[in-house]
Amino acid sequence: MSNIYRLLKKEVAGYINSPSTYIFLIIFLITGSCLFFYVNSFFKAGQATLVGFFIYIPWLFLFFVPAIAMRIWAEEKKAGTQELLMTMPVRDFEVVLGKYLGAFVLLLAALVCTFPLPILIHHFADKNTPIDWGPIWCAYLGALLFGSTILAIGTWTSSLTENQIIAFILGCSISFALILVGYPFVAGLLPYGEVISGISPYTHFVSMYRGVIDSSDIVYYLSAIAFFLFLNTRSVESRKWK
Amino acid sequence: MITVDSITKSYGPTRALKGVSFSINKGEIVGFLGPNGAGKSTTMKILTCYMPADSGTATVAGYDVFDNSLEVRRAIGYLPESAPLYYDMSVVDFLKFVGGIRGIRGEKLRKRTREVVLQTGLQGAVGKNIGELSKGYRQRVGLAQALIHEPDILVLDEPTSGLDPNQIKEIRDLIRDIGKEKTVILSTHILPEVTATCDRAIIISDGRVVASGTPQELMARSKGANNVVARVRGPQAEVEKTLTSITGVHHVDVSDAADGTARYKIFAENARELPELVFQKVVEKKWSLSELHADTASMEDVFAELTK
Repeated sequence: MSNIYRLLKKEVAGYINSPSTYIFLIIFLITGSCLFFYVNSFFKAGQATLVGFFIYIPWLFLFFVPAIAMRIWAEEKKAGTQELLMTMPVRDFEVVLGKYLGAFVLLLAALVCTFPLPILIHHFADKNTPIDWGPIWCAYLGALLFGSTILAIGTWTSSLTENQIIAFILGCSISFALILVGYPFVAGLLPYGEVISGISPYTHFVSMYRGVIDSSDIVYYLSAIAFFLFLNTRSVESRKWK
Repeated sequence: MITVDSITKSYGPTRALKGVSFSINKGEIVGFLGPNGAGKSTTMKILTCYMPADSGTATVAGYDVFDNSLEVRRAIGYLPESAPLYYDMSVVDFLKFVGGIRGIRGEKLRKRTREVVLQTGLQGAVGKNIGELSKGYRQRVGLAQALIHEPDILVLDEPTSGLDPNQIKEIRDLIRDIGKEKTVILSTHILPEVTATCDRAIIISDGRVVASGTPQELMARSKGANNVVARVRGPQAEVEKTLTSITGVHHVDVSDAADGTARYKIFAENARELPELVFQKVVEKKWSLSELHADTASMEDVFAELTK
């Protein structure tokens, strides 16, 4: 446990000291706000709701989250520090978890940085029909779980290569395919479409960003994260396969 | 302390290790010597549990490297080849991180960090980012992190590569100092390093151990080791005949004849008493001697003969 915490702390300190973290956060906020205010035309719609923000979250995360994740393992492999790290008395899964949780903190920070949006809407809202915070928290939880799933995919693809660009493209492609099968018109084209759309993180996000929490969605996300972290651990272990 | 028994390792079709066996006793400084690609780093990666051998066994401090990997890793301090480090961390943060993972806590961690910084001469660099340091300083940071948990065994993969002569001397002195209390294996393809720092050398070539012994033993084993060079003033043919008649001498090469003197290179089974015998013969015949020395083989000769 303490090893996971130490690795998490090192990763977070790395994010805090790196200028690219702040560039990432700024671009994320600008893109998110532009989509919400201009593409979604928040001001014309005249409705005090954040649904128009969360609807873009899967597509924003599709690019931003693999960009966070791509360096996590690929950089260690390229610099040779993986050898240094893995010859210390740590278990492989501890390193996988520590690194994943470090990036999770960054993802959480990115979402926290969007809090001015609901506060703004709260101000714009009609005094007689104040906004309902319940669905907003629910949508945030959905976005966090959705992002964490993409993050687990991204850290896994990062562990497959020492090239960050390849890790990014692989992470995006796999996430894109998984999001796409969550759209009914895509799922409809596939055999067993309904079953396949059940494995899409998008399917489980749809109800959450509208404000409905279903325990099965949460179980889905946690299992999906666990699954990709398991693949990640196996891939880190693969150097030891005979 | 370390026992390696016929380990093999292949990378795809390339057989990097073809059955390597050796053992290292507590407190020894052992040089692992061989040309590039001989299997030095692979052996070290197996000993430090980074990857397993395909077959064979290796134990470190009594623990099997595959079955008790965590115990082995606790007992070892490892400096991988070309000292990979986290360039975006400061020296002190990095050492504290490694110390923390190595299970050192609180005041003890601060104390050990201070000690290794002093021991490796990093005082001037503690607050700097590792990425800003010169190669020599990075190598020291690599050594410092390997020492922080006071391991019984140090595994150093090419600890002096890429350093300038002064830095090399400092690192060697440091290793010799550490080696007084600990077991050290260092790999190198720089030969004077072995003569300068190691109690024993293991020469590995093409995935096999080809020789093992103290640098002196290895040099004595070389073909070039058993000859004596003498410059004698006297009748050349007679001198040559006389020298060849010394017991144990199988032939004499004459060169560089000028002004009644010539240089004689005398080859024998055993060169230990040869200089004395040569001197006695020359005195007996009333010739004069202007040069006499045993031609010692260098580690370079030994290396070249063994790893061809």
